[in-house]
Amino acid sequence: MADKPEILSGLAEIVEEVAGIEKAEVSAEKSFVDDLDIDSLSMVEIAVQAEDKFGVKIPDDQLAELKTVGDAVDYIAKNR
Amino acid sequence: MTATPVTQIVVTGFGATTPLGGDVASTWDGMLAGRSGVRRIDDADHEWVTRHELPVLIAAPLAVSPTEVLPRVQARRLDRCEQVALVAAREAWAHAGAPGVEPERLAVVVGTGIGGAVTLLDQDDLLEGPGLRKVSPLTVPMLMPNGPAAWVGLELGARGGVHAPVSACASGAEALAWAVRLLRAGEVDVVVAGGAEACITGITVAGFVQARTLSRRNDEPDRASRPFDAARDGFVLGEGAGIMVLERAEFAAARGATVHGRVAGFGITSDAYHITGPDPEGTGQARAITAAVRDAGLEPSDIGHVNCHATSTVAGDIGETRAVRRALGEHPVLTAPKSALGHLVGAAGAVESIITMLSLSEGVVPASLNIDELDPGVELDVVTGGPRKMDLTAAVCDSFGFGGHNVAVAFTKV
Repeated sequence: MADKPEILSGLAEIVEEVAGIEKAEVSAEKSFVDDLDIDSLSMVEIAVQAEDKFGVKIPDDQLAELKTVGDAVDYIAKNR
Repeated sequence: MTATPVTQIVVTGFGATTPLGGDVASTWDGMLAGRSGVRRIDDADHEWVTRHELPVLIAAPLAVSPTEVLPRVQARRLDRCEQVALVAAREAWAHAGAPGVEPERLAVVVGTGIGGAVTLLDQDDLLEGPGLRKVSPLTVPMLMPNGPAAWVGLELGARGGVHAPVSACASGAEALAWAVRLLRAGEVDVVVAGGAEACITGITVAGFVQARTLSRRNDEPDRASRPFDAARDGFVLGEGAGIMVLERAEFAAARGATVHGRVAGFGITSDAYHITGPDPEGTGQARAITAAVRDAGLEPSDIGHVNCHATSTVAGDIGETRAVRRALGEHPVLTAPKSALGHLVGAAGAVESIITMLSLSEGVVPASLNIDELDPGVELDVVTGGPRKMDLTAAVCDSFGFGGHNVAVAFTKV
């Protein structure tokens, strides 16, 4: 089982690269759409980079379920 | 002057990013100083030049990269042609004092000749290489030719329509003409209009090389673009953007805006002659100029100056001087801004319109560079050697494009 803080940190780096949101802002309870204002196109980019970084598969139907940063961290931790 | 059109269209702001500078002021200063924006590009940033052994080693790249100006995250979502459009639009909008216009009464018309070709190539490389997963979800909005207009519309919150004329090297001028139509029709009160281009890449250079249209004066980059010179051997590919804020005069007056000039009229014609070659007699071009002058309610004798399209190709430049003589007579004084800027393709007509307007308001016409021996076919007065002070009331800016597009825009001094 992967270390969740490490996944959060890695994911935050991706979000910063793609969407320009400071790493510190990217915390578990934040909603990608409502809090971080990330659009569907950027979510696709974030998912592809997360797949490469963490060695997971994030199918489209799963991606749609990942509402918050915490959802994504949990999914990656479970599936990597 | 004869009767003026019912609705006056005024220019309240302008912005540009060009091979001479990152804004209008530095571009204009460069023009007056006789500087050239052309340089060698056989360097690390353009490795394709040497890899493909291209015979053309010169171009006119931007003086200031848009990625130095735009926030990183915004820049990575945009093709370079969209980036330059935004940079110029921001300058123009600020220059106009950020007009307080209802979003539904604000339109955008920004043309491009080629659009996001570099994105298309880059993303195709990704598809063919690492595959589908690496293709950007932003591929289509980055490569679509309405992208520059759409991003400017988003930035300014324009809800009165966003348009993108595509007429090769006449696109930027055609955008201004469309803006005038929209304003005269009363559809909107303010239009942000111009052109954007950023396509200095292997395939465009190769295509122009194969069409035998580019200068190969590689050893003297700043001498390569030489419209009207007897030894001209082709144009120099450039990149950039020019944007104007145009308003119905009464709207601008009501908000107390500073007016920098008027777009008095325009003429649009087509040659139906050849897909790339201009009609050697300049008939269609002359009709465009005549139409612009008539549309402006002016007489040919009112036009003291023509800012020429003249690209420095062997075939093109003389046809234009014939068109000017036919439409206006022997009196207009000419300059060819592409001698300094290179050819900004879809941005050319917009950037050169800004130069034309500044020539009127400042009372000085920048020199046409690199005329060592005037082509005997020109038979008109071309400004050479240095800028010329002139007391002008009206001027025409010519823009012509592959496809036989002819656009002339008439400007008057405030």
